[in-house]
Amino acid sequence: MISRGPIFFALVALLFIGTGVLQSWDLALRLLNMGMISGIMALGVNMQWGYAGLFNVGVMGFVALGGLAAVLVSMPPVPEAWAAGGPRILFGLLIGAATIAAAIALWTVLPRSRLRGLAIVVVLVGGYAIYRVVILPAVASVESVNPSVSGYLGGLGLPILLAWPVGGALAAGAAWIIGKTALGLRSDYLAIATLGISEIVIAILKNEDWMSRGVKNVTGLPRPVPYEIDLQNADWFRDLADRIGVDVVTFSSIFVKLCYFGLFVAVTIILIALTQMALNSPWGRMMRAIRDNETAAEAMGKDVTRRHLQVFILGSAVLGLAGAMMTTLDGLLSPTNYVPLRFTFLVWVMVIVGGSGNNWGAILGGFLIYWCWEQVAPIGGWLMENVVTAGMAEDSPLRAHLLDSVAHMRLLTMGLILLLVLRFSPRGLLPER
Amino acid sequence: MDFLNAFVALANFVIIPATAYGAQLALGALGVTLIYGILRFSNFAHGDTMAFGAMITILVTWGLQGMGVSLGPFPTALLALPVGIAATAAYVLATDRLVYRFYRRQKAKPIIFLIASMGVMFITNGVVRFIIGVDDQRFADGERFIISAGTFRDLTGLEEGLAFRATQGLTIVAAIIAVALLFWFLNRTRTGKSMRAFSDNEDLALLSGINPERVVVITWLIVAALATLAGVLYGLDKSFKPFTYFQLLLPIFASAIVGGLGNPLGAILGGFLIAFSEVGVTYAFRKVATYLGPEGWEPSGLLQLLSTDYKFAVSFGILLIVLLFRPTGIMKGKAL
Repeated sequence: MISRGPIFFALVALLFIGTGVLQSWDLALRLLNMGMISGIMALGVNMQWGYAGLFNVGVMGFVALGGLAAVLVSMPPVPEAWAAGGPRILFGLLIGAATIAAAIALWTVLPRSRLRGLAIVVVLVGGYAIYRVVILPAVASVESVNPSVSGYLGGLGLPILLAWPVGGALAAGAAWIIGKTALGLRSDYLAIATLGISEIVIAILKNEDWMSRGVKNVTGLPRPVPYEIDLQNADWFRDLADRIGVDVVTFSSIFVKLCYFGLFVAVTIILIALTQMALNSPWGRMMRAIRDNETAAEAMGKDVTRRHLQVFILGSAVLGLAGAMMTTLDGLLSPTNYVPLRFTFLVWVMVIVGGSGNNWGAILGGFLIYWCWEQVAPIGGWLMENVVTAGMAEDSPLRAHLLDSVAHMRLLTMGLILLLVLRFSPRGLLPER
Repeated sequence: MDFLNAFVALANFVIIPATAYGAQLALGALGVTLIYGILRFSNFAHGDTMAFGAMITILVTWGLQGMGVSLGPFPTALLALPVGIAATAAYVLATDRLVYRFYRRQKAKPIIFLIASMGVMFITNGVVRFIIGVDDQRFADGERFIISAGTFRDLTGLEEGLAFRATQGLTIVAAIIAVALLFWFLNRTRTGKSMRAFSDNEDLALLSGINPERVVVITWLIVAALATLAGVLYGLDKSFKPFTYFQLLLPIFASAIVGGLGNPLGAILGGFLIAFSEVGVTYAFRKVATYLGPEGWEPSGLLQLLSTDYKFAVSFGILLIVLLFRPTGIMKGKAL
């Protein structure tokens, strides 16, 4: 049982090495980096589901918040846009926040009566109206500042590595709001609430152009690692490539990916160390006790809802961190790329397949399932072309349709994998000890 | 002040579209709530089941159109609907046999069913995209309008036109018939009563000799019919695109929860509540206000509370409010 982990990790490593040998090392490294990030996402979901049995279907939203943090922290500010209406937007946001705070304060201060409801409605409606009046003109003028290249406020111009913890913090904030409302109720309610918040986060990213440029995307995010072109021009690098005997251009691209890989490995090691420690601490035992029998844990004096809120926020913070890392790796924020099947449900497949409750399992699941996700289409395409449609006429419409639809094979395959694992090996590849 | 024109504008842009949308949501929410009441889990595959049913119906409709069959003023899709329902029924029964029955025998926790339904969702989504693709498909034919804006203007002499599209009329009529049939079935027939008994108290129902597998099969049949109907009506009214159906999951679940999960009447109420709020909050009331205000006056803004891109925020907001203040829903649903 103990030796199961290393064997599976070795097998998955073989998959990546095979990709490197048969296809290209560049591709293998790309899959490896994304697999690592997916593993961290799975780790976050595993904290919520594996430790505490909380069902989060809003992974995409938290990941996207991390991506937003990368933009807000690292992009250089746009001075013209700030001059056009930056302070006014901030003031508007402040009014919005103050309105909500005032409504909550009224709720707690005033005695329960019809008057209280009325007062809160008046405050909310009035506050919203003022908010709109303040913010709309400022938004319009910010977005009209050179819309083809900026049209948004920009970020703080800080190093992008800072964005990773900030992404975690943003996601944690969102998780707090959701957790406060939906935790302590039926588990399905949390699922629906998280599904909702993730759709809303994406809608905000797509539409608030002043903040995230919306569907125009933010490209060219600063990197924490060197650029290929600089490497290719550096003498020491050319020298190194010559000594190893590889093409400079290919080597530079691989080198950059290796740099990212090093960063991601460092983050993963820290996270794994922390989560393992947490899992084996009294806190971890308490979480599992709550998960396995809420009533008994409550009888022992544990505040179940509070613990749930805690672990929900922690897990979401990890998701936000992973999201910021992914946006850093991509170098762009493109809200249209966030689709729930890829970012929410695929992560769930990773957790279930890897083994819920096991941190190493989550990482393994991340690597394995991401590899499958990327490779199912080419493998399926090859199968389709050479096996299924081999006997068909070259111009048969069915053949064309089948070949066109190969891209959708991956959804089918993932669903199948999920159902098979859930049925025949519900504890996953690396079961919880 | 021009109340008549204001009302017509409101009816044209808010009341009629929201009623049609509400009917579609209600049908979807009824399916979710029935599964929840009888099988006791939230079915995440429901949106994709709707897409599956609509897809089969579309394919049959195209076949019929190709053969030159038509229903005159009615859309051909109505003829194809029974085939779509039958195929969807077969499909959901197959998923029940292959997936859910195993967990039912194990008496697995509801959350396990939910995860299994996620797997089914993936597969259904893949099947639909595989067969029909991801693009928009239009399959509406027949008469387009019951009353078109121009006709209405000529008839009444009002400035404002009122368009009542045939698909909207059809949606409302079909939903009324389906809901009436459903309630007649649940309240008047022996099988329907046994279903309600099973939903209320499983142990008592089993003791009184109700066959649980039969109840489950009938539930799936009804759910398949409701989901296909909802999917086809939505597709006729707007257009068919697999991803939209997946996104409908949120408003549908919001409707079911707001109304009280497991409560059919609540699902209908919730559907209309969500639809009216969604359309009402995202509609720009400028035109209505212009008619209502003094002569020659026009409001400076659009008078739109939220841009249409945030329509999900509306169902979500209502959901949050209900969860905060009345977690069992407006009409008391099943347990907390």
